[in-house]
Formats: sequence, C-alpha cells, structure tokens
Amino acid sequence: MSREKILAAVKFNQPAALPLPDMEVLNTLTDVRTDLVSKYKTIATAGGSFVYEVNGFDEIKAIINNEFKPGVKIISALDELSDYIYAETVKHEDGHNFADVELTVLRTKLGVAENGALWLTEKDMGSRVLPFIAQHLAVVIGKDNFVPTMAQAYQVIGAADYGYGAFISGPSKTADIEQSLVIGAHGPRSLSVFILS
Amino acid sequence: MSTTTTKDHPHLAADFNRDEPRVNWHDETLWWVRAKRDIAAHKLPEWELLRETASQIKFNVLSNLSTYLEQFEANATKNGIIVHWAADAAEHNQIVHSLLEQRGITKMVKSKSMLTEECHLNDYLKDHGIDVIDSDLGERIVQLANEPPSHIVLPCIHKKKEEIGDIFHEHLGSAKGESDPKILTETARQHLREVFLTRRAALTGVNFAVAETGEFVICTNEGNADMGAHLAEIHIASMGIEKLIPERKHLGVFLRLLTRSATGQPITTYSSHFSKPQDGSEIHIIIVDNGRSIQLGREEFRNSLKCIRCGACMNTCPVYRKSGGHSYHTAVAGPIGSILAPNLDMKKYADLPFASTLCGSCSNVCPVKIDIHDQLYKWRQVIVKEGYSPKAKTMAMKAMALTLASPTLYRMGGKTGRLVFKYAPFAVNNKLNPWYNQREMPKAPDESFGEWYAKRKGAKNS
Repeated sequence: MSREKILAAVKFNQPAALPLPDMEVLNTLTDVRTDLVSKYKTIATAGGSFVYEVNGFDEIKAIINNEFKPGVKIISALDELSDYIYAETVKHEDGHNFADVELTVLRTKLGVAENGALWLTEKDMGSRVLPFIAQHLAVVIGKDNFVPTMAQAYQVIGAADYGYGAFISGPSKTADIEQSLVIGAHGPRSLSVFILS
Repeated sequence: MSTTTTKDHPHLAADFNRDEPRVNWHDETLWWVRAKRDIAAHKLPEWELLRETASQIKFNVLSNLSTYLEQFEANATKNGIIVHWAADAAEHNQIVHSLLEQRGITKMVKSKSMLTEECHLNDYLKDHGIDVIDSDLGERIVQLANEPPSHIVLPCIHKKKEEIGDIFHEHLGSAKGESDPKILTETARQHLREVFLTRRAALTGVNFAVAETGEFVICTNEGNADMGAHLAEIHIASMGIEKLIPERKHLGVFLRLLTRSATGQPITTYSSHFSKPQDGSEIHIIIVDNGRSIQLGREEFRNSLKCIRCGACMNTCPVYRKSGGHSYHTAVAGPIGSILAPNLDMKKYADLPFASTLCGSCSNVCPVKIDIHDQLYKWRQVIVKEGYSPKAKTMAMKAMALTLASPTLYRMGGKTGRLVFKYAPFAVNNKLNPWYNQREMPKAPDESFGEWYAKRKGAKNS
C-alpha cells in the first residue's frame, strides 16, 4: 500500500527530468604518472596505518613473527602465508568463532592514493566479519595496484558482482570524546599494509 | 511564539548561553573541524568541479526519483535483499518492530541513523519491550545520558570528557574521575564487543543506495555498522527516499566529498557496500518517505533533499556553534535541519528558519551546493504568510513597514529614537527590549543623515 502511495506522490511532485553530468572529466583530471605508492604511503600513514614496502613474502612473515607472539590465532587469506590458518578453510564458520582472532591477513588488487583506501570484497575476506573482528588487520597489495583517486577506483571495480565490499583506509578509530583521536574503536587496533615490489 | 508546547530556539539557546566558557569551547571546537574541512577541500584542485558534479547528479536523482526507487527495489530484490516501504515514522517503527517480533528478538544493536532519530525509533521500541543499544561511541554516550544527539556527525560534541567519564563510571563501571579519552574508548570497546557478539539483530542507516546495482553504502570510522551487521542474523537498514544515486560510479564523487566536508578526513575508515545478504542471514531495507515527497513538491525547498548529511553547514554556522544542537529541538540541528523540520510541522518548527544570520557560510561549504541560506530566508516568508511567526515580531514588522512607507513618520521616528538614545538610554537598554538581549545598543548620532545632507547641501549652495 505505502509503496504505491509513496511512488505516486514522488512521481507527482518530482520536477521535469534533468540530465546526468559528464563523469569522464573527473576520470582524467589526475596525473597517473605521479608516484602513487609514495602518495598512498603519506596519506595512509597520516591515517594511522603502518606501511611497509617489501620484496617478498619472507619479509612479510618476518615482520608478522616479530610483531605477534607465537601461538596467537592468525587467519590468512593468502596461499603464500600458509603457516597460519587458511581463510578458505574457515569461511563457512559462524562469524562469532572469530572473536579470538589476533590478526587477519588479506590481499587486494586495488588501493587508492588520494585517501589511503584499500578495496576488499567478500571473496578477499573469506568471512565478512574477519577484517572487523580481528584485533589487528594486515593487507598485502602489489606496488602496481594503486590508482590516483576514487574516480579511477570505480572504473577498476566496474560492474563487478560482489555480495559485500569495503574500502578500508586505516585502523578502526573514533574522535567522539572531545575530538581526541583514539585508535582502536570496535574493529582492528592497527592496519599494516605490505606493498609488494 | 505561536502556541507550541516545546521551548523555541531563542529560549533554548539562552539556556545554553548561560555557561559562557562552554559556549566558547563549543564554538572553538566546531570551528576547528570547519578549518580541517577547508584544508582538505583546498588540497583538491577539482573541488569545485566535484561539488558541481555532485549537485547535478542529485538534481538528476530528484527529477527521476520514482524511476530510481523502482529500479533500486528491483535490483535489491534480485540480490536477495527484502525491501519494505514506509509512508511515515509510525509505519517505519512498526516494520522494525514486526521484523523483530516475528523472530522473537528482544535486543538489537544499532549503528548511526539520523532517520531513526527523526522517527523516534528507540523510544518506540523501548515502549514495546525491545532493548536497543547504540554502537557509535558518540551515540552510545548520549544514549546513556538520556539525550538526543546534538550534531549529526558528532553526536556528543557538546559534552566534556569529564562528564563522559562520570556517565561511564555510572553505567559501564569505569574508575571514578577517569576522563582520558583513550581509557574511556577502551571501556566502550569492551562493553560494545560483548553487545555485538550477543545481538541477533542489527539496524543501520544508509549513506548512499545505488539504483543501478541495488547495493547500499554505509560509512563509519569505528566499524560499528559492520561489526553489528556481520554478526547478526538480520540486518535492517533504514533509508530516506532521497538517499538514492543512479550508478555505482557516482559513489566516487560522493565518497570524495562526504568526509572531507564533514571532518576533513580524505575518506572514512570504512565505506561498506552491502549488495547481498551473507549465507544464513537476511538484509531488510526500509525505504521511508516521512514528508520527503511533500518537500519534493515544494519547488523552493526541493533542493534540501540533495543533502548528504555531512554536517559542514553546522560546523560553519555561527548560530549553531554558539547555541548548541539541542536548541534546535529537532533531530537534524543547524541550517539544513531548519529547512527540513518546517516541512514536517510548520507550526512546531516555525522558530527554526529565524535562527540564522543568513550570512551564507552554510551555502558556501555545502558539498552538493544547496542554497541553504536562501531557503531559510524563503521559509521565513512562508511562515509569516501562514501566520506562524511570533506575534511580537509580526507587530514590530508591521510598525516598521508603516514607518518606512511614510516620510513623515520615518523622520519623526528617527528624531524620537535619537532623543531617547541620548537622554533616556535606560528606556532601550533593558531586558524588556528583546533586541538588547544579545546586543550592545548603538550610540545615536546627533543628527540624521537627512539633516546632515540638507545642511551640507545648503552650505555648498551658499
């Protein structure tokens, strides 16, 4: 009932059709030759992320082993990091089972230099709640996977079919108490980004 | 004021203004946020182009809204999302309640949604035996304090950390006198983690819904919307009809503008795109009108539906900063709220369009180029015409119009005024004169401009 009522009222009250603006110009405004990795690094670091430029997975393992105590629960969605629990094998488990995860390691192929955001879909996450419920989050990205702005990011995403996707740009944070920035609200207390050369 | 039961803006603002240091602190804090917005905006050479593009996309949305709504519904349904329609706040609240009731759920976790504030959902559910916990830290704080949010992005911006410490001590068991934001945030983290892990239902707002794909986007810094939605068996999203955008690529424009305008951040920590429910859970979306289709038909105020709720107009508004959000006695405070509220109830909110200096700063910072101060000015005319303006103001305006229309009366009035200011200043510098309440009265000149001009002309000619 309300559906018809609302649609009729909207149709009756909406003005004559106006065209959509040109979007192409925004796609082409930024210089894609600039050093996107260093731009990303500056923005992401300012947003509270730890960014590491690494040459291979051994370096990533060394950093993780250095930062986390042995025996803590780590889930990884990467074949190359197989010392940890493989996300694929636990993806059908109830999300509540991940409440004790210390670190989740994920991989993406899309990062945005202008705002430090990394695009992750449900497939990259294994389970939707994993990048949120873990105490810490790490994301691996190739050095050629960065685009300048959100305009190009949505060009890359295009018409992709996903159940869920998120731009994640840092650790969970809040500034609700007298505008003091506090890292570690409900989600991960840190975001480490490994840029693979 | 006409016969309203709630206090109006001037009286509520007068209450807020009693504590002068707090007013100054409130003013400075919000100006600091506004300054951060400027820094972020100026870093993008294409900022003005982005604003213009966003504005044009929204014009297109409003002019094709019925089509986009149907398109969104069809695509969301195809994705496995269940779509509901609510004509007003009451119907919205009933739908939420029935979804919970059918599943025997009595506890829900809620992420930020100003629409549910507009609908007074929490009170409604409480009356029906449902326990709701707000999970955005600022919202949780005002919820524990039994207050509404005083700002759409910064809900507890009016509270000092010591007051928050007292609230947490009483409700969450933190140490007495603890006021360190880090420790208080950690206390809330532990408390809310328990909530996320035990609630079967989560409600969120919607920042943007995409007609082309049937997905919707929620932006948070804390990740609370995701923690709630991913751990619950049912996710209810409440959305006003104006939140639609045509295509996924348009998100690129709005996500670039939203947080830069709101807090000066380049993007929120999380911009989450919900397209399909995850295995074993449901997503329901409630599309709410609640007066929006009426506003769509008001040509002069239609633009207000372009609003993306960044709060930039509040942060820059000298009246908002110095009178606090609660003085607006409506869910959305500040300049944009003062345009939206009279659409819902012109009589109840007749005071709000007058709580503006019409300085235009709100329009200047608006990321979707809403002509906010012009609309406030237009509302004043409508409200006066409809007879909802304060009696005293109407009388004074009539007297002024009469005086300005007659040169004799005008000259006489000016002369009397100057004499009163000179020989009996106490007659105007007192509390009976409402104009004096917020202002120093000027010193009157000895002669009027007309007298001076006539004298000067005379001297020249002689």
